[in-house]
Amino acid sequence: MNEQTLFVVQRISAAILIPFVLVHLGLILVAVEGGLSANEILSRTHGNFIWLLFYGLFVVAAAIHAPIGIRNILREWTKLDWRMINGLAMVLCAILLILGMSAVIAVF
Amino acid sequence: MKIDNALQVRVWRGGKNGYWSEYAVEARDNQTVLDVVTEIQRKFEPSLAYRFACRVGVCGSCAMTVNGQPRWTCRTHVRRVIHDELLTIEPLRNLPRIKDLVCDLEPFIQTWQRAGAIFQGQTTRNDRPQKVNPESSSRKLADSALQCINCAVCYSACDVVYWNRRYIGPAALNRVWTLLNDERHTAQQETFNKAFSRDGCGSCHSHGNCTRYCPVELSPANSIAGLKKLAFISVKNGK
Ligand code: SF4
Ligand code: SF4
Ligand code: FES
Repeated sequence: MNEQTLFVVQRISAAILIPFVLVHLGLILVAVEGGLSANEILSRTHGNFIWLLFYGLFVVAAAIHAPIGIRNILREWTKLDWRMINGLAMVLCAILLILGMSAVIAVF
Repeated sequence: MKIDNALQVRVWRGGKNGYWSEYAVEARDNQTVLDVVTEIQRKFEPSLAYRFACRVGVCGSCAMTVNGQPRWTCRTHVRRVIHDELLTIEPLRNLPRIKDLVCDLEPFIQTWQRAGAIFQGQTTRNDRPQKVNPESSSRKLADSALQCINCAVCYSACDVVYWNRRYIGPAALNRVWTLLNDERHTAQQETFNKAFSRDGCGSCHSHGNCTRYCPVELSPANSIAGLKKLAFISVKNGK
């Protein structure tokens, strides 16, 4: 992907993340009312395709958005060359996808 | 020599591994920072190196860092910038220091090449000059970015250049914006691609230091925002 595409993809993923983060924060506020238990969480997420889709997309958007940003930060703050930087960004993307998706699937 | 009404002036001497020298210069009612530098050279330090040409804010060659901020010294009154009766004067930031107040502008000039900010016309010297309609929308977009005189003040003010010396920087990208809005420029796509390559306009943080310090009151930050918008719409092809 060239820089222009990465730039555009990062902005679009940011726009997607905004409502996701807001709903996620709102959900936390609602969920912690009256204590938080594993049962309560699972009863909400178990077999619920809407939450599966919501958090699945959330993870994908984050896994795209964050590595592109980290790439820029590494370029500014380290002396690493592009190969190294791109490699690290890909690793971060993979970690976010694997951890995020396994969490989403685990509570489904 | 004892001066009653003195400014304390701290001036950078030497190159990269230089040192600060202090001078007491008579404070006057009307005095620019360039006047102070000239006075130091004439009275105390004949070997002091610095650049200037027009002394009236036209050429942009007198840019230096004054009390931490990039400025045209000929257009900066001491009164406006002095802090605790102390004036520090050093070369522009983000460029290699040659000697005293003179920095090497070559890396800055090279950013023009890297950004593709070079005009390519379709006519030769034998043709009549092409006309640009002053009312056209693209000419109006370029309007506020045209008067750059390559003084490197914005380049020196940019923190992203400070962090990543390979970043193209505000001045050349501002020039790119004028070219992409110039209907006579034929290499539109090439210029855009270069400006948007690695360490190009996607690296800008839009924090606007360039605009804040440009002595001609241009807004490279606005021009770069225009380029970023173009990244979303596919680029206009040269007509
Ligand atoms: S707006 Fe962009 S070019 Fe201007 S100073 Fe900030 S980072 Fe540099
Ligand atoms: S944009 Fe302004 S500050 Fe930057 S080089 Fe041009 S005239 Fe100087
Ligand atoms: S000497 Fe020409 S702008 Fe200052």
